[in-house]
Amino acid sequence: MSNQNITLQSDLTHIFPDIISRDERVNFEGYLVKPEHLSSIMMRLRDELGYDYLSSITGVDYFPDNKMEVVYHIRKSTGGSPLVVKAQLDRDNPVILSVVSVYPGAEFQEREIWDLFGIKFDGHPDLRRILMWEGFNGHPLRKDWKEGYYEEEGKPFKSRWPVGYYKSAEQKNPLGTNIEYPAGFDPESWVPVPEEALYAGLSKMERKDEETGISTDQVIVNLGPQHPSTHGVFRMAAKLDGETVIGLKPVMGYLHRNHEKIGERNTFLGNMPYTDRLDYFNSMSNNFGYSLAIEKLMGIAPPERAEYIRVMMAELTRIVNHLALFGFLLNDLGAYFTPFLYAFEERELILDIFEAISGSRMMCNYFRFGGVARDLPEGIMEKIKDLVFDRLPRKIDDLDLYITNNEIVRHRAEGVGVLTPEQAIAFSTVGPVLRASGVPYDLRRAQPYSIYHRFDFDVAVRYHGDVYDRYLVRLDEMYQSLRILQQVIKNIPEGPIQEGKPQYQVRVPAGESYGCVEGPKGELGFYVISNGKPNPWRYHVRAPSFINLTPLETMCIGNKIADVVVILGSIDIVLGETDR
Amino acid sequence: MSEQKNAYMYGMGVLKGLGLAFRHFLETYLDDLRHWGKRYKTPEGIAYRSSKEVRGIFTVQYPDEKLPVPEEFRFVPFLLYEEKDGKIEYRCTSCGICPKVCPPQCIWIVRASDPNTGRPIPDPAEFYIDIDICMNCGYCAEYCPFDAIKMDHNYELASYDRKSNVYDKAKLGKPVSYYASVRPINFAREEAANREAEEQRVARRSHA
Repeated sequence: MSNQNITLQSDLTHIFPDIISRDERVNFEGYLVKPEHLSSIMMRLRDELGYDYLSSITGVDYFPDNKMEVVYHIRKSTGGSPLVVKAQLDRDNPVILSVVSVYPGAEFQEREIWDLFGIKFDGHPDLRRILMWEGFNGHPLRKDWKEGYYEEEGKPFKSRWPVGYYKSAEQKNPLGTNIEYPAGFDPESWVPVPEEALYAGLSKMERKDEETGISTDQVIVNLGPQHPSTHGVFRMAAKLDGETVIGLKPVMGYLHRNHEKIGERNTFLGNMPYTDRLDYFNSMSNNFGYSLAIEKLMGIAPPERAEYIRVMMAELTRIVNHLALFGFLLNDLGAYFTPFLYAFEERELILDIFEAISGSRMMCNYFRFGGVARDLPEGIMEKIKDLVFDRLPRKIDDLDLYITNNEIVRHRAEGVGVLTPEQAIAFSTVGPVLRASGVPYDLRRAQPYSIYHRFDFDVAVRYHGDVYDRYLVRLDEMYQSLRILQQVIKNIPEGPIQEGKPQYQVRVPAGESYGCVEGPKGELGFYVISNGKPNPWRYHVRAPSFINLTPLETMCIGNKIADVVVILGSIDIVLGETDR
Repeated sequence: MSEQKNAYMYGMGVLKGLGLAFRHFLETYLDDLRHWGKRYKTPEGIAYRSSKEVRGIFTVQYPDEKLPVPEEFRFVPFLLYEEKDGKIEYRCTSCGICPKVCPPQCIWIVRASDPNTGRPIPDPAEFYIDIDICMNCGYCAEYCPFDAIKMDHNYELASYDRKSNVYDKAKLGKPVSYYASVRPINFAREEAANREAEEQRVARRSHA
């Protein structure tokens, strides 16, 4: 079956004659489809060819050609590299069929594209802005949209050197003349309207008790944005029947800074420290994904030692993330801050190592294209060895001993927020959420990158798909990470840590590239289009924390309002990445 | 239903959890006794509390105690100058690499020019860094070909107004001896590399 699929993939043009063609541009991959046939093609790709898993959707604005493009990365949940499908639209009136009916995981991503590119999705159930607010003027990722304090198309800015008298952004462009309102909008007479569109999505159920004939009122409760359980500024509008959730809509974007637009202004190298700020718990694995994407375009690979260091950092970061998550999850369960600080003790020790290696505890900025920034300092390997072989296994055992069979944890977590494997795949969940639902999908195995194929480790899977299993999967993953780390420490070679000379002006050939890693939260992808200039033409982050929120409503419906907090905690979101 | 499925535990999990907290509590005091007088406010004590052997709490009571920062720690750049016969000579040649590579574009340089001819000379007339914008990525130090700008270790930069957060040349400048004291390994490596390059140059010249 899989063999057949591979041959089919290579001849997609034969299966869909006339409506699909190869993308012939240099350094581009995948297929161009006619937008009007998109839904039917996607349906057949999913049902007949086994591409059941939508990894990422994004838009690209080809401003000079007056075209918009929607790029789909679809995968098989059994593994393999993604199939890239693109549809080109007219830029003046971009409308395309929604694929939410085929891949429910497209819901938030399509909303994001509508928000940032202004591409309309026909048949989308709830097409509202998601990151920007309703009433925002324009679609910021369009190439002709200029942000406040706009200076130039791309960095470096000319005003900095050789004549660079300091001027703050406010001095250059006073705020008063920097605000644009939509046509016909008068800020003086504007009265804020309640968010009817948001709540309208919730009122789906009518509740009337058949036996007694009593109809009960339903209450809308807003959790957040300023709520400690939401791990940042995140809001959930929940509709309750008594204490039971019958509808829930996440509202995000409070931390939105248009990372992607900033990325398109930045130079390729300048983006690296910005990726640290996406998911600030795991800057190392963010660096990893971004460097993979660019290295693919440049056609270089890091030397052996750098590969080992990279894997070591990525696995340490996974342990950091899961430890932090355990702390937060128990906090959400009401174990106020004591277990949290126990988990953070180990995290501190790992962050000390990061600080000694990269210079910063959290914003590591350690990877470079074709290597890492600097070699390991003397004596650090001893510290890592001590942690990996001695302290961490002991402490993770401790956590296991005290949490796993704690009856409060089990009462609160077992059978809560269940996601079936079919739903998990359909909703494009990734990482521990997907694996807790019984889908053994891990990019380190499904599409091996770097040198992961050399290591002996298991993909952690659990089968109930509830909060408790999501906890257990992460516990298993920490043990597997330790296994990988132990192999890395035994085999790490001496040698150079950077391919070629370190360069500040990176030449990236024109083309597209999608680099992805299995981050601690799941598939973290970077989709980059270069046109040969110093700045990327398009820079997209496929953020696991963002896409993992798509099934939040499905998980919460039928549970109590108190469980919503725990379910959200078990998805493990970081708002820096969700809102980007 | 959930009552049934965990009925066999009878609160043991809770007791275990409390036991862990109690053990932690006890260990802190035992550790205090074991390291009597040395656990707090001494360099060994701080080093012990960030090692893998530590038991009990290992909070470092900032600002009474400070964690020593590793050599590679980076926080806001500074400019290196050499003191020759009482004169200050900045290493910077105002080549413009750091403002180009700076991701948030927080470096402003005015290149000096000869007052008579108007030609640029390799020296910065003005050098500003807006430390509010600086993201401490360390690129300027990493890509500087003259080792003229380096990342500092001083992280206590709070001030009362924003204007004083734009550092000019005078505020950024620090002597090379300071750099040698905060980053001894890096300094020794760079000095060795410079010396070697110099020797090669001399050898080549004498050869020719």
